[in-house]
Amino acid sequence: MNRKKIQVLSIPYVIWIIGFTVIPLLFVFAKAVTSPQGAFTAGNLIAIFDPVHRKALFLSIELAFISSILCILISYPVALILRSSKIRNKKIILFVMILPMWMNFILRILAIQMLISKNGLINHFLSLLGLGKISIINTEAAIIIGMVYDYLPYMLLPVLNCVLAIPDDIIEASKDLGANRFTVLTKILIPLSLSGIGSGITMVFVPSMTEFVIANILGGGKIMLLGNVIEQEFSVTMNWNLGSGLSVTLMIFVLLTTLISGRTVSETDKGFVI
Amino acid sequence: MKKTITIILLIAMICTLSGCKGSSSGGSLTVFNYSEYLDPEMIAKFTEETGIEIKYEEATTPEELYTKYSSGAISYDLLCTSDYMVKRLIDEGQAQEIDFSSLENYKNIDPKFEKLSESFDPGNKYSLPYFWGTVGILYNTKMVKEPVDSWDVLFSGDYSGQIIMQDSMRDSFMVALKYLGYSLNTKNEEEIKDAAALLKKQKSDVSSYLVDEARDEVVAENAVMAVVYSGEAYLGNEYNPDLAYVVPKEGSNLWIDSWIVTKNCKNTDAARKFLDFLCREDVASANFEYIYYSTPNKAAVDAMDEELRSNPAVVPTDDSIKNCEVYEAFDEKTNALYNELWKEIKSQ
Repeated sequence: MNRKKIQVLSIPYVIWIIGFTVIPLLFVFAKAVTSPQGAFTAGNLIAIFDPVHRKALFLSIELAFISSILCILISYPVALILRSSKIRNKKIILFVMILPMWMNFILRILAIQMLISKNGLINHFLSLLGLGKISIINTEAAIIIGMVYDYLPYMLLPVLNCVLAIPDDIIEASKDLGANRFTVLTKILIPLSLSGIGSGITMVFVPSMTEFVIANILGGGKIMLLGNVIEQEFSVTMNWNLGSGLSVTLMIFVLLTTLISGRTVSETDKGFVI
Repeated sequence: MKKTITIILLIAMICTLSGCKGSSSGGSLTVFNYSEYLDPEMIAKFTEETGIEIKYEEATTPEELYTKYSSGAISYDLLCTSDYMVKRLIDEGQAQEIDFSSLENYKNIDPKFEKLSESFDPGNKYSLPYFWGTVGILYNTKMVKEPVDSWDVLFSGDYSGQIIMQDSMRDSFMVALKYLGYSLNTKNEEEIKDAAALLKKQKSDVSSYLVDEARDEVVAENAVMAVVYSGEAYLGNEYNPDLAYVVPKEGSNLWIDSWIVTKNCKNTDAARKFLDFLCREDVASANFEYIYYSTPNKAAVDAMDEELRSNPAVVPTDDSIKNCEVYEAFDEKTNALYNELWKEIKSQ
């Protein structure tokens, strides 16, 4: 009886998944393996080897990779500092860090655009100081800045969760056994927080790789990620079949990433949840 | 008691939702247009004058409009779209012939548009011009060495990193094709590839490819010049008086947005009244002052003050449009070639 009740509760979720995930995916797969005329073809899937698409795919992976690394490099020290700090209410610090997430991400990207544009705030400030202007708008660097700014909280949260959950006893024990700070970091802290880094990578790498809005706004339409190619196929060229084919290819890469980084997330995270 | 109130409330709600007013008997029209492309007060005015109710629907791009229209979810009576999309709809048999002789105010429309509309509506049977304009260069007069009159400034490299191109296959190719002296509707593979090579070479000089933000970037002086639509140029000039607009001497694209009556329209009498209403001088002037695109309505142009009428972004001169062409729809093969080359340019 109880089991049945629980099954009833899952109905909204099942309807949601079928209506908004399963059926749309079936449409995408159906489009991906047919030509615009409706005949069966593998051309849309092979199209990823076209030089233009291949280049866009590699660029997407490259930028997502760099963004993920930067997110780790920023988040991990923060987690360590928070861990060792004496501040009572760490939740408040965390709260401040993820506060930007409360704003729409496109607005945040537009704000970045204003900051780094040619006559933007940063350049205005630099010229007031008598320094030269920097020009990063409409480059790959600008896109990376946008991705890091947008997705940093997704790395910070799981990493912080994991690092804070490591018991002090283990570290004290290792120190008693003669480990120096470097050894503690490489042999204790990092291995024990790999699951957090793993889920962080999944949550940063995957959206970065499929990104097209940030690339459009901060790349000035000059840089084509695979997400942009797909968007163009759907909205401009109106070749939904090719767009679907490329989407399926991208999904395969997303799946691979999730599998690889997911291997480290086998343990359940304990403790710190905001 | 409570029950009665609930029922009354429910009935009231249903009535508001379904728009049943009971009193208006002139029927209704479902009108489909680009967003912010008609003064909403004019819709109220039309209903007030004729008793015909307007259900107003909007779309942002011709493609979106076409997709919504052909999905068939809503049965539209009248729609306004751009030249090449008008042609596509006519070719697909979606348009009804309009009896222009019964439109009392049709005489207000400048006759030259009959000729200009020929390329997408041969014989002028289906479409009524609503707004039109050109594509040209919006530039900052204080940041250029000499007055701009040619597409050459975009390709010479003199303003490297300070020019903005349109992020649209057709509009960017148009610039290169016209600069090379070809037709913007060319289907000749050699000519298309020439233009693509030129655009590829130009890419390192381009600051960005934008659509809506192009004007704002020039206004903010983040760029010296941008390829824009003439209507954008007028507004840009309002924000930054140093800006000027020119249609390059090699020629450019001339675009026309026109109304068509769809084949679904049953109440053709009401549709005729609506089109006639739009052609009236006071209505055309109100709509013009709402969006500041060029109006084909001669009576409305005559009613403008001198300063507006002499602004080439508002009323393009006959001389500036003599080398301009209206876009024609490409066949599938040509379209694929253009798209392929555009993708190469963008991903380079």
